[in-house]
Amino acid sequence: MPGSTILEADRVSLRFGGVRALTDVSFAIQAGEVFSIIGPNGAGKTSMVNCVSGRYRPTEGRILFEGRDITRLPTSRRAALGLGRTFQNLALFGHMTVLDNIMVGRHHLMKSGFIRGMVHWLGGARQEELAHRREVEEIIDFLEIQHVRKAPAGTLSYGLRKRVELARAVALRPKLILLDEPMAGMNLEEKEDMARFILDLNQEWGMTVLMIEHDMGVVMDISHRVMVLDFGRRIAEGLPEEVMADSHVRRAYLGEVEETPEPETAG
Amino acid sequence: MEWALLFQLLINGLIVGALYGVVAMSFVLIYKASQVVNFAQGEFLLVGAWACWWLITHMQLPFWLAFPMCLAFMTIFGIVLQVTVLRPLIGEPVISVIMATVGLSIFFQALMKWMFGVFAQPFPPIFAADRVSLLGLEVQSVYLLSLGLSVFIMLGFWWFFTFSKHGLAMRATAFDQQVAQSLGVSVPKVFAMSWAISAVVSAVAGVVVGVVSGVSSGLSFYGIKVFPAVILGGLDSIVGAMLGGIIVGVLENLAQYLDAQWLNWGNMINIAPFYALVLILLIKPYGLFGTRNIERV
Repeated sequence: MPGSTILEADRVSLRFGGVRALTDVSFAIQAGEVFSIIGPNGAGKTSMVNCVSGRYRPTEGRILFEGRDITRLPTSRRAALGLGRTFQNLALFGHMTVLDNIMVGRHHLMKSGFIRGMVHWLGGARQEELAHRREVEEIIDFLEIQHVRKAPAGTLSYGLRKRVELARAVALRPKLILLDEPMAGMNLEEKEDMARFILDLNQEWGMTVLMIEHDMGVVMDISHRVMVLDFGRRIAEGLPEEVMADSHVRRAYLGEVEETPEPETAG
Repeated sequence: MEWALLFQLLINGLIVGALYGVVAMSFVLIYKASQVVNFAQGEFLLVGAWACWWLITHMQLPFWLAFPMCLAFMTIFGIVLQVTVLRPLIGEPVISVIMATVGLSIFFQALMKWMFGVFAQPFPPIFAADRVSLLGLEVQSVYLLSLGLSVFIMLGFWWFFTFSKHGLAMRATAFDQQVAQSLGVSVPKVFAMSWAISAVVSAVAGVVVGVVSGVSSGLSFYGIKVFPAVILGGLDSIVGAMLGGIIVGVLENLAQYLDAQWLNWGNMINIAPFYALVLILLIKPYGLFGTRNIERV
């Protein structure tokens, strides 16, 4: 259903004491698009994502998800509505296996309560768990982490951990997935893999993507639209090429410019 | 050396230690899920045992009815305690939370004395008090039942944390609350659930001890015994808590044997576990199974 608005931020402001992290930021994400937020360090990108995911409550303004006001909803309820996310700093459950990490993502989809769980072997719950395992395996296959599924997440390489974290967020079956710097610290090959996964999630799994990323090459390649934040304000929004051509954006990134900058080196 | 006596003490230690282990696990459950050091753990045993005793002697209910009712009551008790006392303290300094649990401990001690008196009350006989011969030793059947129950609870914990949805959610919450929330886990629910389970499991231990040796305020001493057990095992390890409990149980019985035979210092049964605790912490500061970085929490 491309065209309908899945997420809307309506004049969102966020203050910590006297520090204005976000000021009157409004934007709307259409279902089915890849929407990126870029901006210099400290511009408020992660704050914005945290307002959407529920970690921060905006001081002013509203957040609407599928037309419903979720500004006051607790994080766990938002996840159940279909908002998944990954974190800028890896946040896997290190002692748990990759499989268990991903199973946590199924939490809100698992119906069996405590009592039904107790009679686990009598049928219902077991059937349900098998269905969940199947779907988790599908996600594991898709992200190509079959070979580490039983390994404790803390023992994996950085690139693999990023992938497991993505798998865990995907396991929620979110309608909108928030990716906070999915490619930070990756080498070129890992970045290409990750970009491919994000595109597949968007095109084949039908997930809308809200992404924060510093790598301009990737942002320009896979985003449908880009919003630029600077000092907590929205300074530009539009198609990737429009945004790159915007003089405000160039100033924010490079200071006063006289020559045309190389997009790849920006940020 | 009296080998028969020594062996008897080892069996005793194992049985009592398994109970310590059960209480220690329920202590660790709360600590892991909500980072609260619960000084009122012993009072969970006390309240549970008195509740069951009251249902049987005053309401004239049969044990098989009174026991589940007591557990249902403890579920609610745990949740109410968490919601009314601990939840408002989320985000307060650790010392405030600890003082609150110390306060709860004193409060329930006094309340139970006020309601039921200061004297130990025996449980009406529930099981025929026969003795079973085990490897040439006379063991009371109620002790065997207690050991069986402890093992059952331990297996239950293992199953809960490995296979159940809520167990997984609890492990996730223990690791990182923010992330667990973003995955749809309701952290307030997990906290309440951990207190409920902890209260119920402790009450089971309380009833077992009550059936064996009567209900009295001495039950809350289990809450103190839990500390060497838990710290031996490592504050954040369920398996460690279980083993720590068994070690403490065996150790105090051995110490009592040594004391009675040769030392005659008196009271070693209560002090020995703490000596062992100091020694082990000298060698392994995070306990036998603890994670190294727990002070970061």
